[in-house]
Amino acid sequence: MDQLIHQILSGLATGGIYASVALALVMIYQATHLVNFAQGELAMFATYLAWALIQAGVPYWGAFAITVVSAFVGGVLIERIIIRPVENAPILAVVIVFIALLVIFNSLAGWIFSYTIKPFPSPFPAEPLFGNSYVSSHELGSMAITLVVLLMLFVFFRYTPLGLAMRAAAQNPESSRLVGIRVGWMLALGWGLAAAIGAIAGMMVAPTVFLEPNMMGGILLYAFAGALLGGIDSPGGAVLGGFIVGVLENVVGAYVGTELKLTVALIVIVGVLVVRPSGLFGKVHVTRV
Amino acid sequence: METTAAPLTMPAAPAGVDAARRRRHLIGVAILLVAACVLPFLVGNYRVFQLTLVLAYSIALLGLNMLTGYNGQISLGHGAFYAIGAYTAAILMDKFGMPYWMTIPIAGAVCLIAGFLFGLPALRLEGLYLALATFALGVAMPQILKHKSLEQWTGGVQGIVIVKPEAPEGLGLSQDQWLYFFTLAWVVLMFFIGWNLLRGRIGRAMVAIRDQPVAAQAMGVNTSLYKSLTFGVSALYTGVAGALGSIAIQFVAPDSFTIFLSITLVVGVVVGGLASISGAIYGALFIQFVPNVADQLSKAAPWAIYGVFLLAFMYLMPTGVAGFIRILRARLKR
Repeated sequence: MDQLIHQILSGLATGGIYASVALALVMIYQATHLVNFAQGELAMFATYLAWALIQAGVPYWGAFAITVVSAFVGGVLIERIIIRPVENAPILAVVIVFIALLVIFNSLAGWIFSYTIKPFPSPFPAEPLFGNSYVSSHELGSMAITLVVLLMLFVFFRYTPLGLAMRAAAQNPESSRLVGIRVGWMLALGWGLAAAIGAIAGMMVAPTVFLEPNMMGGILLYAFAGALLGGIDSPGGAVLGGFIVGVLENVVGAYVGTELKLTVALIVIVGVLVVRPSGLFGKVHVTRV
Repeated sequence: METTAAPLTMPAAPAGVDAARRRRHLIGVAILLVAACVLPFLVGNYRVFQLTLVLAYSIALLGLNMLTGYNGQISLGHGAFYAIGAYTAAILMDKFGMPYWMTIPIAGAVCLIAGFLFGLPALRLEGLYLALATFALGVAMPQILKHKSLEQWTGGVQGIVIVKPEAPEGLGLSQDQWLYFFTLAWVVLMFFIGWNLLRGRIGRAMVAIRDQPVAAQAMGVNTSLYKSLTFGVSALYTGVAGALGSIAIQFVAPDSFTIFLSITLVVGVVVGGLASISGAIYGALFIQFVPNVADQLSKAAPWAIYGVFLLAFMYLMPTGVAGFIRILRARLKR
């Protein structure tokens, strides 16, 4: 029983990371109906940037802030420069562009920073908080940061004019344009925000999985699964889906064994999707003939 | 191609132009075939081996294109069927001493059944959800192949080594050349079947399901049957390709069939051109040779170069090489 509680709690911690990346995926999906396969590699690259800054002597939170801001700028630039020209191309062509971005960033990171595994510092104390034996303070801290990010996003989208404009641009681009919203820039902002969220997730997960160019591969997959499980058009659902996948993955890993962990987790998710094809909280689509 | 997501529809021609066009088509195919027969005598054995792989990939890409290009179902896990085909051939040759040429139809049949069975639950999933389900299949396959319960058949992580088939005596061909022609024969057969399948009633039904599923159903197309059958046939093609590829490489191991292979296949289909038969050949050339070119350009970051190539292809020809050629031809005619 003790072990189960432990597994569930650390599952919630990794689930928080999945939830952040899932949220980043959903943000881009809502605006463009595409899943950004390069999301994980962007986060990985941003984490390397943070690592380089820390190596250069910048204090952790300073490096954190610089990384988040530059990830945001990077996301905006990528949308403006690379994604915009293929806006009207067939869906699969855009997917291939994402795959191209994925291999480019992965390869560049390996080239610049080498493929050797690097430790990444955690900003939280090493000993567990409040003397509990279930969950480390890094796990608690990263969970807290995830929740703060989610809360900030909720407030931004719900209560600010810019957030409203972004939601409008995602929901109905034509009408938004007619009322004077610059839809293209809203899209770029969405990319920037997604990249920034990804960067935070990357910096939170790096202390546990260690820093290397392929560190986000599995995480992206779980986040994708979480987003679909919750329903890819529902941000709240995606977050919950991310947490569910995190717990599921950890519990399966403990009781079935790590070699089949990924497979079992995915089969369970696909099983759920077969029963509920739009995810747990997604809108059911009605097709018009 | 102006706006929306719908890939190219098949061009319809008036009856008079049809005969002339078909003749030109046939001449083109004949020239291509002659070139394919001459090529292995002009280049070294290693190049012949690479070309054999191109031929095998082209069958796999044609299969995936039926599913994704013509039927609109996205699969990110076709590497799994490639693996099943490869392993079927390898196990039959290694454990049962079957001659290599007999294993290929069996590999195809096994994959047809596997694909059909996988296609049944996949019927409920569309678009991204299907992509995730197939992705799961692709990720799971190497782990399944490594699993202990199958180790006596699959050889576990070590894989299986296959003996390279000898060329029949009296032909004066090297082993590589013989394998090339053997694979070429399969390519001709599979493309001929695929061409007949896609241009007729079945092909039209597949395209109708892609573009207007509800209308297709109203017209009397059995959507579920067609979709799962397309999945099966697509897996059959990919399995045949896997068997041919494994005989050419003479080795199968779980780590040759990672999710990366599945993604490479999707890249090949899109770069070659969705919903086009000739696209399979362009795509196969791309996935076989562009990584090599990238590797020669930069040893340090070959995949970055590969990514740049991909970006360039998608910018210049968003509808793939086949789509680009089609547009070019239409422009020249005007």
